[in-house]
Amino acid sequence: MAETPAGPAPAQTDPVVHLDGVTVKYGANRALKGVSARFARGAVGLLGPNGAGKSTLLKALLGFVKPLEGRMTVLGLDVARSPLDIRARIGYMPESDSHIPGMNAVSFVGYCGQLAGLPSVDAMQRAHEVLYYVGLGEARYRNIETYSTGMKQRIKLAQALVHDPDLLFLDEPTNGMDPKGRDEMLELIHDLGHNKNVNLILSSHLLPDVEFTCDHVIVMDKGQVVAQGPIEELKGPAGRVFELRIKGNLPVFIDLLRASGMECHSTDQDVMRVFVPAGRDHREIFVLAAEQQAQIRHLRPSVPTLEDVFAKAVGDE
Amino acid sequence: MSPIHDQSYRRYGGHRASLGRSWTVIAKAGVLNMMRKRAFIGLMLFAWLPFVVRAVQIYVASNYPETATFLAPDAKMFRSFLEQQEFFVFVMTIYVGAGLIANDRRANALQIYLSKPLLRSEYIAGKAAVLFTFLMLVTWLPAILLLFLQVMFKGSFEFMRANLFLFPAITVAALLQALLATFTMLALSSLSKSSRYVGILYAGIIFFTAAIYGAMLAITGSTSLSWLSVGSNLTQVVDVIFRQAPRYATPWPVSLIVVLGLIAVSISVLERRVRGVEIVT
Repeated sequence: MAETPAGPAPAQTDPVVHLDGVTVKYGANRALKGVSARFARGAVGLLGPNGAGKSTLLKALLGFVKPLEGRMTVLGLDVARSPLDIRARIGYMPESDSHIPGMNAVSFVGYCGQLAGLPSVDAMQRAHEVLYYVGLGEARYRNIETYSTGMKQRIKLAQALVHDPDLLFLDEPTNGMDPKGRDEMLELIHDLGHNKNVNLILSSHLLPDVEFTCDHVIVMDKGQVVAQGPIEELKGPAGRVFELRIKGNLPVFIDLLRASGMECHSTDQDVMRVFVPAGRDHREIFVLAAEQQAQIRHLRPSVPTLEDVFAKAVGDE
Repeated sequence: MSPIHDQSYRRYGGHRASLGRSWTVIAKAGVLNMMRKRAFIGLMLFAWLPFVVRAVQIYVASNYPETATFLAPDAKMFRSFLEQQEFFVFVMTIYVGAGLIANDRRANALQIYLSKPLLRSEYIAGKAAVLFTFLMLVTWLPAILLLFLQVMFKGSFEFMRANLFLFPAITVAALLQALLATFTMLALSSLSKSSRYVGILYAGIIFFTAAIYGAMLAITGSTSLSWLSVGSNLTQVVDVIFRQAPRYATPWPVSLIVVLGLIAVSISVLERRVRGVEIVT
């Protein structure tokens, strides 16, 4: 049996996905606006609020939607020229519930393996293996339509893994899962990205999911990339973020901080997070508070998180 | 549920098939899935009953010369056999075909299929092959077997030699019948997420167009508007294929154009509806 051409072997430093000025339109709505990005090897988070264009980007990479302009490469192959060669080497876990009706889990996953080009015997063997790996070993002969939401998420991961892809697209993989199932799914994704040498792109609006599983992040908002790079690098040096609570006119004080070049954003509580730029002294906050006749009730150095990166990039909206 | 890391993940180093064969996987799975259903097996056996009756007819006509005057097979008998099978084609098209794409749409399976290395045309070909195979199994195969039984029972090729056109006629007629039913049903199946609704829609189209033609026939008293009925168009063309006198006043090329047009429209619908992502603008 002939083997599928493997395509060019990219160097370890080459990005697994490269987008250059990609624009996608749905009717009059521009879902992606000239997106340029490089997805590094390993685990990359694709982060953004709902409607930012994350799923559209994945669908464009899969060839489901054709960009109006721009160029995309996946694993060194041009998406416009070699969509099938690309799809033979990637696994896609869709966001919505998806299965093939009337099949039990092992038949479904084996079938997906065959569709991806595996011989039937190998596909069935791999189906059993990946079902055990994702934690569905005991339930593999059950009809998928009887599965719980968490189990359906796992079966979607199994079908994406069965043909051993070089790159995984995971679209909101923890959607609808209970806390325990979510932790297990994240452990699984972390294991794939860090111990099994599977490159993956995790699209999510959940910051903790991305922070736990990924080394790099690409932040999207309103169809554009607003930040990208290694998470640690984007977080910046520790100690430059402060938690702050004041008594006084809060909106005016925030405006004052921003006017003086200090980014700040509110959190769920009444505590703000203030970014003090390099070379500036955090004691300036006291000076500004004194000018505004506001009382500082709480000021504590904090560790930068992905939430800060996200807030800086996307804003407080 | 067992702990999540019972077994670890292994990389795969085996062979991978070359691209372009996935439609056979879809077709095989679809056929096997149907063959597992008892109701389908029952339907298939029922669809072969006319074959048994015709086989007995041919046996009697071949072995009892006194019956040959009214039982002897001719081209008309084969045409009549295919016409009888139209009922089973109709039932099987609804039973097998209604859910072929509709069920995938209901379960969001299209994005799973199209994320694998297969083209949309391969997906459609795989699904079409399922219905097409079964339709040929109730039309072309029994008709061809009857032809061979005739030779076997008679012990000579005399009938075959005298009716050389029958083999291609059966093949072309069965192909046209199966292709029209397959593509029309697949197109309807791609329009909905409910196989039940698709089945009703298909039956509605067949009966509604026949009823419109029937009404026009009653009003005008002429069969020149038979092109309004899907079934009549097929009948008209198949009559010509079997060298029979066309039974309607509509010119047969018009009927053929309607049949081919329906297939073309169905393919166009499939091209628009079978996508990995549904775009609502």
